Amino acid sequence: MGKTMFEKIWNEHIVSESEGEPALIYIDLHLIHEVTSPQAFEGLRLQNRSVRRPELTISTVDHNIPTDETRDQEIKDPIARQQVEALRENCRDFGITLYDVDNSSQGIVHVIGPEQGYTQPGMTIVCGDSHTSTHGAFGALAFGIGTSEVEHVLATQTLRQYKPKTMQIDFIGEIPLGVSAKDMILATIGKIGTAGGTGHVIEYTGAPIKSLNMEGRMTICNMSIEAGARAGMISADETTFKWMKGRKFVPKGTEYDKVLEKWGTYKTDEDAIYDSKVQIDCNELEPYVSWGTNPGQVCKISDYVPYPEDFEDQVDKESASRAIDYMGLKSGTKIQDIKIDRAFIGSCTNARLDDLREAAKLVKGKKVSNHVRAQVMPGSTLTKILAEKEGLDSIFIEAGFEWRNSGCSMCLGMNPDILSPEERCASTSNRNFEGRQGKGGRTHLVSPTMAAAAAIEGTFVDVRNWGIE
Amino acid sequence: MEKFYKHEGIVAPLDRANVDTDQIIPKQFLKRIERTGFGEYAFFDWRYLEDGVLNPDFILNKPKYKNATILVSGKNFGSGSSREHAPWALFEMGFKVIIAPSFADIFRNNCMQNGLLTITLDISMVDQIMANSIKENNYLIKVNLEEQSIKDDYGFTSKFNIDPFRKECLIEGFDDIDLSFKLQDKIEKFESNRISRW
Ligand code: SF4
Repeated sequence: MGKTMFEKIWNEHIVSESEGEPALIYIDLHLIHEVTSPQAFEGLRLQNRSVRRPELTISTVDHNIPTDETRDQEIKDPIARQQVEALRENCRDFGITLYDVDNSSQGIVHVIGPEQGYTQPGMTIVCGDSHTSTHGAFGALAFGIGTSEVEHVLATQTLRQYKPKTMQIDFIGEIPLGVSAKDMILATIGKIGTAGGTGHVIEYTGAPIKSLNMEGRMTICNMSIEAGARAGMISADETTFKWMKGRKFVPKGTEYDKVLEKWGTYKTDEDAIYDSKVQIDCNELEPYVSWGTNPGQVCKISDYVPYPEDFEDQVDKESASRAIDYMGLKSGTKIQDIKIDRAFIGSCTNARLDDLREAAKLVKGKKVSNHVRAQVMPGSTLTKILAEKEGLDSIFIEAGFEWRNSGCSMCLGMNPDILSPEERCASTSNRNFEGRQGKGGRTHLVSPTMAAAAAIEGTFVDVRNWGIE
Repeated sequence: MEKFYKHEGIVAPLDRANVDTDQIIPKQFLKRIERTGFGEYAFFDWRYLEDGVLNPDFILNKPKYKNATILVSGKNFGSGSSREHAPWALFEMGFKVIIAPSFADIFRNNCMQNGLLTITLDISMVDQIMANSIKENNYLIKVNLEEQSIKDDYGFTSKFNIDPFRKECLIEGFDDIDLSFKLQDKIEKFESNRISRW
């Protein structure tokens, strides 16, 4: 019987395996940031342990650094500053590369890995961050870990893991105009639920997936965790190779031809069997908007805020009722009548160059609604530089958007960029949990074009009517 | 890691599904560089009112659950981020065991690394424990990890599943890194065959 792409990568990385125990697997790339690593280094120090392979760990600051002009100064919040300082010291002491705030390679950890060419097909990649699943878009096995596991990887370059199950999410049909990768994944989570992928590694397949560019594929894999999955993957193909070629850490010349051959082998065999399978028909998709407080609570732009009674399951009824209450919505309200206060284009889900291009296309020549504060936080400093070269910054600025620096920023509001209580935000990020973007803040998850359109219109709006090509 | 063998304690009910890690420990408290100091901030947005006083309506603030050490909650507990601060906060708040119909993967892993036992039971069992903890005062249950059993004084008993490896680690208080260091020669062998990536 054939093997899935996941199984091939898994098998290649087993260091040790015994019956009834989690396997010990080797980690090719370990990414760290300031929030989930300090306690791991503290643990190493307490036990007098060293970092086994410092060159396989890459570090950046992203979660709590400012995105405004105070960025180059000392961080005002003393505790956040201490955390960034701790990372600097740890990287120095243990010999780990750090892309600090003043480095053009700095950015959100899941943006810079692929952008710099660290992320490659067939690799095992981990990070103390659940959205590590993003890197799976390159045919890698990438997943989030906790801080104790970060310490384990630093000390041993391996990780103890039970072999997850596999799930195929197969997209069929054609992606309608105005529907983006973000809508595809929101629809998927809406269908299978936030625990639908628990214990599984998802592989996304089908012609619609293959028609997406790398940015779109990363958006989809990024939100695998919102479906509860360990990881999400898409096998590498010409689109992948083309996107990777020439990036800083991708092999060059004859080396490149050699790795290309190897990379091409990370594909699921035709007769391989997944543990479970879901099908999504793209023909049925529209732009999506989340109305609730978990990423499974989504609906189409043409829909209405649901009634709790619409849900069969008692638990879902209660969750819906609590969510509608928290979100300050009324059942039966047209989604397109919901007025927003803020728009956020950013995060590791949707702040790559192509996401910014798509949003800019729509924004060009228009003005942000006078009751909306709209912001763009590019996913990395390099993304920002490239976007400025194309003039995207002036398009956003002329329309009334704030053009900021890179960082996680309002995706989780650990830096000063947060929502005030009851402020309503059209956000391109990945989580709409209560208080995620600031206590009492109300987050609606949407695609970059939907966020841009909502910023201009002042309410949610169907981008399919905006004449996008 | 602290050893876990048996535990008897008061049960507190948190009757919600999908309790996410942003609720368990909101991000403004993730800035510490230690593993401790998170307990008082657990469930912050639910637990405290604007002016920092305890919210009397939040269930875990009821005097009856003040000394609870076992938390029972709805499905998909611990969904969301990978922050290990969530189990640290729960542990420091006094919890030793969490019972739910299902858990998010990374969260459960993180709990096990910290001697916090997560027990998955059928929803009907969870509902029964939840109902008892609401109805009775000082509702206690006994958890025996060795026997993989739960009992109360009102006739409730149940077995639970746990994989043998994690069970042993909890009972012995093993440190994962120490265990992996014993496989050093295998790691070295793997590395000598491994092609470097970049
Ligand atoms: S952008 Fe948001 S989801 Fe992504 S790594 Fe940062 S905080 Fe996490």
